[in-house]
Amino acid sequence: MSLTLEQVRRIAHLARIEVSESEAQTTQAHLNGIFQLIEQMQAVDTAGVEPMAHAQDLSQRLRDDVVSEPDRRTAYQSVAPETEAGLYLVPKVIE
Amino acid sequence: MNQWEVVIGIETHAQLATVSKIFSGASIAFGAEPNTQACAVDLALPGVLPVLNRKAVECAIRFGLAIGAQVAPKSIFARKNYFYPDLPKGYQISQFELPVVQGGAITVQVGSGDKAYEKTVNLTRAHLEEDAGKSLHEDFQGKSGIDLNRAGTPLLEIVTEPDMRSSDEAVAYARALHALVRWIGICDGNMQEGSFRCDANVSVRRPGAPFGTRREIKNLNSFRFLKEAIDFEVQWQINEIEEGRTIQQATVLFDPDTGETRMMRSKEDAHDYRYFPDPDLLPLVISADWVERVRGELPELPAQKRQRFVEQLGLSAYDATTLTASQEIADFYESTVAVAGQLAAKPCANWVMVDLAARLNKDGLDIAQSPVSPQQLGGLVLRIVDNTISNNIAKKVFEALWSGDGATADEIIEKQGLKQITDSGAIESLVDEVLAANAANVAEYRAGKEKAFNALVGQVMKAAKGKANPQQVNELLKKKLAG
Repeated sequence: MSLTLEQVRRIAHLARIEVSESEAQTTQAHLNGIFQLIEQMQAVDTAGVEPMAHAQDLSQRLRDDVVSEPDRRTAYQSVAPETEAGLYLVPKVIE
Repeated sequence: MNQWEVVIGIETHAQLATVSKIFSGASIAFGAEPNTQACAVDLALPGVLPVLNRKAVECAIRFGLAIGAQVAPKSIFARKNYFYPDLPKGYQISQFELPVVQGGAITVQVGSGDKAYEKTVNLTRAHLEEDAGKSLHEDFQGKSGIDLNRAGTPLLEIVTEPDMRSSDEAVAYARALHALVRWIGICDGNMQEGSFRCDANVSVRRPGAPFGTRREIKNLNSFRFLKEAIDFEVQWQINEIEEGRTIQQATVLFDPDTGETRMMRSKEDAHDYRYFPDPDLLPLVISADWVERVRGELPELPAQKRQRFVEQLGLSAYDATTLTASQEIADFYESTVAVAGQLAAKPCANWVMVDLAARLNKDGLDIAQSPVSPQQLGGLVLRIVDNTISNNIAKKVFEALWSGDGATADEIIEKQGLKQITDSGAIESLVDEVLAANAANVAEYRAGKEKAFNALVGQVMKAAKGKANPQQVNELLKKKLAG
């Protein structure tokens, strides 16, 4: 399997990464290199092996349902680019 | 409409009844000042990690058990990737391939009276996920304001199969689900505050044909809007197809002011979410012991209560369903029966479902706000079944209880002299008076006019100020007229 240049541009767009034409071509080569590695790995017979959802064979730790975080809005908003009336301001988005 | 079949599936977001967020220790209390409940995890500051809330998982287990689903011994959290300012991480943590609740079904009653029927809606899945923040598009010097208090609020997304065939079925399901999540205490069900929101997937097809293309109506926060939106959407789709156009898959919003659905500006690549397992979260393992402990803590469920009402109290399936529509109604009814006695189960059901319901409706009250307590109503029914008062007089007593003219039915009956006349001697003399004074009616009746009999009954009851036992009046009149 390999990616077309068009697919590379689409992935970049979905990730909101701006790529130039030459960067797209370099990236395509890099990504297709990874696909070749995956193809090699796929030669291994994994029939009957349960897929792992995580690299570590452990289960999720749970926390009790208690409020432990105090209000630190002032500190967080002091490093935000722009705020008003307690809100974070961002370039206008409308559905 | 006959030649079109409507196909509806519903996705519901139920906000879980926790005090803190699903992956952080920030509060989820409603109505706080913007961003005062948005901690470093909710803001996606660098280096933070999610830690799962045990209570949220327990809510999911409760739900799974309540609908007879499989509670997955192992489930997985995934990232749903998209960019929007109220989602600071650039992905929502959700579940994709292995959700925590799989399968299950809810049986609902559709319609009322003779046209009522039962419908089983199968569920595909229910999964845990986090809510996003809120974007405010009012004018902030041409910018949008972002409040992240809601970001990270625990949600259970409950997904049905495309099993519903009308807006009535969709509403019946949504109501039953709403009652159930409140019944088992996993969601407060507050629709105004957005704790329970429905999305409806709607398509139409010729009966027997493959499914048509569906459009998804987003964020319906009342049962009325759910019905109106589906009805409008169905008619719109039928018109489109009949006029030769095809339906494009789309997400639409319902405008309650116009009663119409309209397409949201479709975000480019909106459906390419590139789900993958979240490396920040390990698989969620739920032990059989945990599931059994939660099962032991579940209250009697609506379906179980319904069955008990039918088997032990002899109610019809329809009555039993109506009386288990919510925990409040069921509790009210059971407390009423506790006073009036099991033998009065049916009259109690009628009083709660008909008379009380109508009166509450008239004043726009909820059963929990009823001025007449179940104990008062039970005391009233007791006096009907022991023949102290007739049903008609009982309505007067009920009205008096409602307006607080007395603390108990007995007190009102005593004070207003409403006790039924059952002394046959007294009734006989009333009957004699009426027969003597209404010779014309008597002659008509003897000439075969049944109606004249009712007029005579009415006269006797009037003479008795409504207090004569109706059965005795009937019997005595018949006897005298025959003789």
